[in-house]
Amino acid sequence: MTLADACAAVMFVAIAVYALLAGADFGAGFWDLVAGGAERGRAPRALIEESIAPVWEANHVWLIFVLVTLWTAFPTAFAPIMSTLYIPLTLAAIGIILRGSAFAFRKASETLPLRRLFGVTFAFSSVLTPFMLGAVVGGIASGRVPAGEQTGDVLGSWLNLTSVLGGVMAVVVCAFLAAVYLTADAERRDRPEMVRAFRRRAIGSALVAGVVALAGVAVLNHDAPDLFHGLTHRGAPLIVLAAGAGVATLVLLGRSEYALARLSAALAVVAVLFGWAAGQYPYMLEPGLRISDAAGAHATLVAILVVLGAGAVVLVPALVWLFVLMQRGTLAGEG
Amino acid sequence: MHGVLAVDQPDLFYARQQMAFSLGAHIILACVGMSVPFLVVLAEWKGQRTGDLVYATLARRWAKAMGVLFAVGAVSGTILSFEFGILWPRWMGRFGDVMGLPFAIEGFAFFLEAIFIGIYLYGWDRLPPRVHLWAGVPIGIAGVASAFFVVAANGWMNDPTGFTIDPSGNVARVSPWGAMFNSALWPEAIHMILAAFIVGGCLVAMPYGWAMLRGRRTRYERVGLLLPLTVAMIAAPLQLLAGDWAARHVARHQPAKLAAMEGLYETTKGAPYHLGGIYVDNEVKGGVPIPDLLSILAFHDPNAVVTGLAAVPPGDRPPVNVVRTAFQLMVAIGTAMLGLGLWMLLAWRKRRTIPRSRWFPRVVVVAGPASVVALECGWITTEVGRQPWIVWQVMRVRDAVTDAPNIRFGYYLLLAVYAVMAVFTMIVLRRLMRVPLPDELGERA
Repeated sequence: MTLADACAAVMFVAIAVYALLAGADFGAGFWDLVAGGAERGRAPRALIEESIAPVWEANHVWLIFVLVTLWTAFPTAFAPIMSTLYIPLTLAAIGIILRGSAFAFRKASETLPLRRLFGVTFAFSSVLTPFMLGAVVGGIASGRVPAGEQTGDVLGSWLNLTSVLGGVMAVVVCAFLAAVYLTADAERRDRPEMVRAFRRRAIGSALVAGVVALAGVAVLNHDAPDLFHGLTHRGAPLIVLAAGAGVATLVLLGRSEYALARLSAALAVVAVLFGWAAGQYPYMLEPGLRISDAAGAHATLVAILVVLGAGAVVLVPALVWLFVLMQRGTLAGEG
Repeated sequence: MHGVLAVDQPDLFYARQQMAFSLGAHIILACVGMSVPFLVVLAEWKGQRTGDLVYATLARRWAKAMGVLFAVGAVSGTILSFEFGILWPRWMGRFGDVMGLPFAIEGFAFFLEAIFIGIYLYGWDRLPPRVHLWAGVPIGIAGVASAFFVVAANGWMNDPTGFTIDPSGNVARVSPWGAMFNSALWPEAIHMILAAFIVGGCLVAMPYGWAMLRGRRTRYERVGLLLPLTVAMIAAPLQLLAGDWAARHVARHQPAKLAAMEGLYETTKGAPYHLGGIYVDNEVKGGVPIPDLLSILAFHDPNAVVTGLAAVPPGDRPPVNVVRTAFQLMVAIGTAMLGLGLWMLLAWRKRRTIPRSRWFPRVVVVAGPASVVALECGWITTEVGRQPWIVWQVMRVRDAVTDAPNIRFGYYLLLAVYAVMAVFTMIVLRRLMRVPLPDELGERA
């Protein structure tokens, strides 16, 4: 494994963790959106708010990590990705602004009209952002971002079947993760009604994810043959693992094993992402830019790995403390 | 310069406006994020030590506002990372590996901020008091560290080090650590961090000045005003020294920027400094000249030679009046802050309380927005003063911009979103201020 491969691997781990943690926060916003009127939606919205309020900012930082690692370690991949895909990225950025601030505003507001306005904004942007990020992934994975200084097709790079698949898949997967996590959260907080409600949603979204994935086979075969080949060859074991973990999640949900269901749901998502990575390896941007071509200066790769290692020493204990407090129910103050 | 294709970008103006606008908004929130956590922890600490309900109440109320502003700051900071690539891909593609390292370190600092703010805000009354107090300390420290590393990247734009350009025009011999520890880092970072404490202190004190003007002058208002304002007024004289340091650094490393800050056209020995006025036809008109002052400020020597704008090709000169006006305004506000600090100090020595004058709360109310204006002016001075370069004397802004079409619409969209967000931030903060005080403090005239 070269230094560049190591940097790419670290970046991909950050992408996976962002998907698992922040993805579930976005998914929670999706369930907030469809929770119904003020009366009916009160209990699920309360659970959603309690579950994500203390952690969403920390979960969001993984995205910053992905971006800074990309531009520091792979500047010549960062530049064309950002310029060619600037429209979905701008929309994702706006979604990020609206989601974060509306959520904080809602928490700080007492009156119903304001809470409703902020709630709708929060929920709508929680769908917009993962859709756009999924579309970006679709554009990159289907080889629509040309390397070099000339910007590629700013519309076709994300208005295509693979990007739509990526966007829909991202929204569905976020909703699935959130529903599974919220089921486990509701059980820990001893709210049986919410356990039932979110278990239903988890099973439903898992089935939808399965259907979208099957449709995806046809879409990718037609629209992104290179990606399809990668996923069905080098990435195949991981894709099979993902499917297996998805089925296992359904079984575990059926048997009310929510803690285990959470793990297998996470495994399914990670396996899909790494399946994509394995399928695309060794390319950063197909067809022209390999990981080794995109890599920045050797001294910078060394420096960034040193920084990431040293930073992890500080970061991991703090993160562990946050999640332990969260699981123990300590962080339930009014905020 | 070699290796860079010319870019045809009719929307360059909008790209610059978008960057300026989103940075200008984020810088306020970043300053709040650096300083307010310290004010909150200070108030909580006093409250825990003395059992004084006034401090405990202030800590909680400030923390709520801090939570809202941190959320807005976290997302407005994220947008900047997007914009680096969306608007300036040629800059990032060429120099990302040279100047990216401090951002990676900043990522960790931001992470710690986000983790501990979650623990601090939601662990109140749940964690043991001492543990809770200590959980607040890393927020401010990480906030200051974030600023330090972000400014390291900005310092590099002003003093690009840690690489060479080889004969074929490619970036070579990259040393990310050398780039991070550029010579502009320390003066710029210290100046920025002190500014954060002035801005945060003045903004937190402002509503209590307002309450005093409305006739509420209990101990709650006095403490709420005095604690943050004292922090700001300790930072203000230090800022004078840091500003002097920063200006002397500019004089040595970016003479064209310094010349624009004064409006000095001809290279001059014993250069004067003009108070006020406007730069027309290569000279300052209508200002009050103070002989030799610019030489003294820039080199601590009345006979020093200061390089003028004439030494720079016309196309490489920054827009003088923007830079000059911003600089003058910043210095004027900074000086007024010193006066306010002095006033408070005299009153404290005489009567151990805040000045009795009716004018004092008025000044405090003005100091909040004024500190923000000074902050923005400082930022304009350094950023516009660097023009037309994005990387000083290495890469021009117009060579860094994207060639993607229609980027102006992104600017319009972002402008609308930020405007709406600013309005709602104000509404939410106002509502937080109006939440009734606990009964023990509530029964007040």
